Amino acid sequence: MTWELFELLLLASTRTIALSGLSIVIGFFLAAGICAGMLSDHAAARHAGRLFVSFFRGTPLLVQLLLIYHLLPRIGIDVPSEVAAVIGMSLCTAAYQAEILRGGFGSVPKGLLEAADMCGIGAFDTFRRIRLPIAVRLTLPALTSELIMIVKASSLVSVVGVIELTRMAQDLAASTFQPLPLYAAAGLVYLVINAAIAFAGWIVERRVARGHA
Amino acid sequence: MTSSPAIRVRGVVKRYGATEVLTGIDLDAPRGEVTCLLGPSGSGKSTLLRCIAFLEETSDGLIEIDGEPLGFAADPKGGRVRLSRPSIRAVRSNIGMCFQQFNLWPHMTALGNVSEALMTVRKFSRGEAEARAMVELDKVGLAKRASHYPSELSGGQQQRVAIARALALEPKIMLFDEPTSSLDPELTGEVLNVMRRLAETGMTMVVVTHEIGFAASVGSKIVFLDHGKILVEGSPTEVFGKPRHARIDQFLDTYLDRGAAGLL
Repeated sequence: MTWELFELLLLASTRTIALSGLSIVIGFFLAAGICAGMLSDHAAARHAGRLFVSFFRGTPLLVQLLLIYHLLPRIGIDVPSEVAAVIGMSLCTAAYQAEILRGGFGSVPKGLLEAADMCGIGAFDTFRRIRLPIAVRLTLPALTSELIMIVKASSLVSVVGVIELTRMAQDLAASTFQPLPLYAAAGLVYLVINAAIAFAGWIVERRVARGHA
Repeated sequence: MTSSPAIRVRGVVKRYGATEVLTGIDLDAPRGEVTCLLGPSGSGKSTLLRCIAFLEETSDGLIEIDGEPLGFAADPKGGRVRLSRPSIRAVRSNIGMCFQQFNLWPHMTALGNVSEALMTVRKFSRGEAEARAMVELDKVGLAKRASHYPSELSGGQQQRVAIARALALEPKIMLFDEPTSSLDPELTGEVLNVMRRLAETGMTMVVVTHEIGFAASVGSKIVFLDHGKILVEGSPTEVFGKPRHARIDQFLDTYLDRGAAGLL
């Protein structure tokens, strides 16, 4: 295991981080929308939200990635592997984050919404400015776990041809005949990334604890 | 200015399933005066206030705010018709409300709580909204606490921020739902003082309270509810003075008992 090999792993890990980070952010906004749908007064929006969640939570990410990768060209949309990977991961994490947020929304005290109502704040602004921020605060630990899950799940995107951390380790292991040090090093890099996420989550939790009784 | 009451309640009924919580309430809240709703718990006084705020929909009857029907209007054919959302919104914008649990948004500072609706509803710029919010916080004596989060404020301070939040939107009517019931006596005083000063500015107020002293001294109209109907109403002297309704006597007795128990 040389420094050069480790450098290659680090290079691949930037792709892991970029793909995961992008998917998490896109997934969060999708999740907020899906959650709004699931909690809305419109039956169609509720059903659409539930259908989305049950599909993307009920099928393996691996299958979703393969489906997206093969389906998009079929309907005339040619996308690079990276884009297919981000789409797949975003949709998948959106389903999980939507479920996490839904639990958070249920815990927002009703009185806070009545206060918003009495101030004349409309449903959309109440969602955006009051319900969502409070739900996120209430569900931070679960959301942090979901971020960590998605970083680990990103190892699956190699099936659509993206060379990320795990795939790089595999390739290097095959060409150097050093599987153990390479997989150990790859594991270590995941550990560092996720420790950083966990630490960031802890900092944010502590910061927002200030705004909570 | 017309002499119609700020709030007119006629034949209001509220049912939850088979239980009738309000059994036909008629009530006028005079403009510029403080109307206090008293009564034992379960008498329906909070429900009545929440109906006036349109946080609860009445099962029957009509409510007018400043002469405008709230939520439902009389149908010429008898019965009532539901009004449009914009109409409900417009009529409700005249009403500010404070809750027993304060209901400040925990992720916003005092300043954020007061300026929020100014920005999202009134479309003030952040600068304008915050300047306006500071004026309101100053009126309740909390300008120095503007950057504090609700969790960093005492209950009394939180309720004063909640009052500032409601007043920032310049309501014509302020509703208070047991504003001091979750406060200890020391903090109760500071909130009641703010409310007393507000009453002196000529604000129309409807207050659900257990503070008999406040009701007697600040209230110009006392309404005593029991079992979902108005038992007695009138000026404090009429309601509390002798001769008294037997039920009021009984109600006041429990208060005096409790007060005495506190002294012994």
